[in-house]
Amino acid sequence: MAAFGSFALLIALILAGYNLLAGGVGLRLQTVGGGTAPIAPERLLETARRAGIAGFVAVTAAAFALVWSAFHNDFRLEYIVEHSNIALPGAYKFAALWSGQEGSLLLWCWLLATYGFVLRLTDKEDRRLHAYAGTILAGVQVFFLILVNFVAMPFSLVRGGVAPADGNGLNPLLQYPEMVIHPPMLYLGYVGFTVPFAFALGALMMRYPGDKWIHITRRWTMFTWMFLTIGIFLGMHWAYAVLGWGGYWGWDPVENASLMPWLTGTAFLHSVMMQEKRGMMKSWNVWLIFSTFLLSILGTLLTRGGLVSSVHAFAQSSIGTWFVVFLGIVLAVCAFTYILQKDHLKSEHQIESLVSRESGFLFNNLVLLAACFTILWGTLYPVLSEYVDGTKKTVSGAYYSHVMVPIGVFLLLLTGVGPLLAWRASSLKSLRRNFVLPVVAFWVTLIGCAIAGVKVWGDEGVFYAAVTWSLAAAVTTAIASEFVRGAAVLHRQTGKNMVASAVLLTRRNTRRYGGYVVHLGVVLIFLGFAGYAFNRSAEKEMPPGSSISVGPYRLVNIGNTQESNANYDTEFSQLDVYEHGRKILNEPMSPEKRVYLVNGQPQTIVANHSTLLWDLYVVYEGENPDTGMPIIKVFLNPLVSWIWIGLAVTVFGTLLALVPAVQPSRVAVMAPARTQGADALEGGASAGGD
Amino acid sequence: MAITGRMRMWSRTLLAAVIVAVCLVTTGASNPQARFNDLGHKMMCTCGCNQVLLECNHVGCTVSGGMRDELTRAIASGQNDSLILQSFVQEYGATVLAAPTTHGLDLLAWIMPFAVSLLALGGTIYLVRHWARQQQTATALTPQQRRTLEAMRERIRLETDTQETGTRQTGAKESL
Repeated sequence: MAAFGSFALLIALILAGYNLLAGGVGLRLQTVGGGTAPIAPERLLETARRAGIAGFVAVTAAAFALVWSAFHNDFRLEYIVEHSNIALPGAYKFAALWSGQEGSLLLWCWLLATYGFVLRLTDKEDRRLHAYAGTILAGVQVFFLILVNFVAMPFSLVRGGVAPADGNGLNPLLQYPEMVIHPPMLYLGYVGFTVPFAFALGALMMRYPGDKWIHITRRWTMFTWMFLTIGIFLGMHWAYAVLGWGGYWGWDPVENASLMPWLTGTAFLHSVMMQEKRGMMKSWNVWLIFSTFLLSILGTLLTRGGLVSSVHAFAQSSIGTWFVVFLGIVLAVCAFTYILQKDHLKSEHQIESLVSRESGFLFNNLVLLAACFTILWGTLYPVLSEYVDGTKKTVSGAYYSHVMVPIGVFLLLLTGVGPLLAWRASSLKSLRRNFVLPVVAFWVTLIGCAIAGVKVWGDEGVFYAAVTWSLAAAVTTAIASEFVRGAAVLHRQTGKNMVASAVLLTRRNTRRYGGYVVHLGVVLIFLGFAGYAFNRSAEKEMPPGSSISVGPYRLVNIGNTQESNANYDTEFSQLDVYEHGRKILNEPMSPEKRVYLVNGQPQTIVANHSTLLWDLYVVYEGENPDTGMPIIKVFLNPLVSWIWIGLAVTVFGTLLALVPAVQPSRVAVMAPARTQGADALEGGASAGGD
Repeated sequence: MAITGRMRMWSRTLLAAVIVAVCLVTTGASNPQARFNDLGHKMMCTCGCNQVLLECNHVGCTVSGGMRDELTRAIASGQNDSLILQSFVQEYGATVLAAPTTHGLDLLAWIMPFAVSLLALGGTIYLVRHWARQQQTATALTPQQRRTLEAMRERIRLETDTQETGTRQTGAKESL
């Protein structure tokens, strides 16, 4: 299987190389006129397209070979020795594909080939634009295939040629159900941004007329964004459930690496609407998608290249130089193409008012990019400080909580403000009408927090939490009022009740109202984040019969147990949970600590009782070596469930926005005679929804 | 005279409110447990786990326990927060601090995000106002026309809210 996989990768590289070369030559011949060429450019491009499709088959074969080797315990392969063992459960053997450097690069290749396969099969919409995009994808594919063929080879054999009896096993931190789907989701996001990038660069290269490329790539971008969102949140949930420190986001460089392209991708999804609606911000959009792709590569560099130290960098090596060179080449190509074609990107309109939907989008972009810059700055500051004064500084959550929280709160504010502004300009009257309810909701919530005993001015974290909740109330009111206002119009037009009208409204403009649902999801997520300011914890050595209290809960240790299976030894405590003196769980909570037999590495398995109000999060920290008794740490983390509910709502909203809108049936009516005023205003005024 | 007196009263009330707010914000970290919690979150565990000192939960971590004890002793000995942090830096190196300090090159780490954000914000506001002025000069409307325009925008907005508008919003005549 090793030889099969290696050959498959080599063939894939040859096919990708041909795709790049033939595609490039074919497109050039089409541009300059290929009348004298021995082969017609169209036929050359078709062979390039087919090479891309065949490349997908070859990379799929290679990925299959690696998974097959993991399932069949083929310890002749160094990669399988390092990342699998006989006792490893099947699902984790599958996950071994992306648990190491070589495998994860192969996963990159396979996902890119899959995206390319779909792109090449759906090229009927615009063959020439797809040919450009396919050729650019092939260029990226060549880079990754060079890596897996010559630099980080997944099929290299063990040194000495003698296969060991068993492997070293998978990193225990990765032996968790979410780890089977978190990396592929994240990679679907990272890799997926290559497609809109390829379309944007291709459209710029060919001076594509109009904005059709944006319509073509909108779905790609939204799908990609959705996968990246899911991937990031699955990672958060994994960190929460496995690392056992009571939090879900530690501002680790690898976490930051996934957030940066998400932020620029989100900015792109917003600002692209300005190009569609008003023909504005064309250069800005092109650079946003370029930056998103470059940040995706930077993310891979941070994860794999060892540029900065991270608890999540499971597969580091000296591969970083390759990525730096690739980043440089991509940046140079983007900059060169932009300089050459920038006259093609002139805006058709300009922003007319500071108080308009366009300005809202612009400020939204600004805040998202400020957040991205701040994260990039914080992530790379240790490298910078080491370079400047020789001392590597630490930039942890303590830094980000000061600089990122204000930016996040401002972003939440814009989530509510932006949709309430009209295109081109908002009148004072409409501002008053649209903002009065959200402003009232804000102040009612803030005062309500103060009355409920939240010491708004007592602590920075509590202050931001109260402001976040108040803004969440304001934004929710704004979103609800948008639905009510639109539904009321339909209610008057169709006579349907308000709920049916709201459903019809959403179906008629899925993009706009799906977007609002996404905003609602973001609000819920922020609601959960704000709960962090009120986290409480207690820690205690707990012999059987002892108890520990936190908030309204009391946990009583009813016994400590040790068990073993073929994969690991485990020790855990069983804790009965009482709330205000009443036992609330039929089964005791069982936080545990595993030690994997194959490599002796420990892993925490957290026990979590989650409610809408808070999570009772229990960690088995290990035994006190002096007494042999377990040390239990209990956290009471408010509102964490809302983060995961917010994710579900966000994903639902994204899917809703992807559903084609239902077109209303139209009836011909006699137009009223034009007034003098309307004639005078012709061409001068506009407003409207998304 | 009455206005001046009222203004003085308001300014005194405002000053009192600010003083109360500052007191509220700055108090609360004086007891040893609060200081331990505060300082423990300003330092990293140096075992290589990349976790904040009080959040390191590795089984058998030989470093964090010792560091916590050291911190407890330092607080008990009456040293101020700055001295304690300095002594930890001397012992464990600059990486023990969870965040850059607020002097020298490190100040740049704190200033840059806000400076860049403010600069971008200011630049954008200036640019948008500049564009808006250009537009106003190009299409000057009478107050009556402006009122009609605003009414029309409201109507268009209400009507287009109810359906997807894939076409570009270029002028009132398209929407009408």
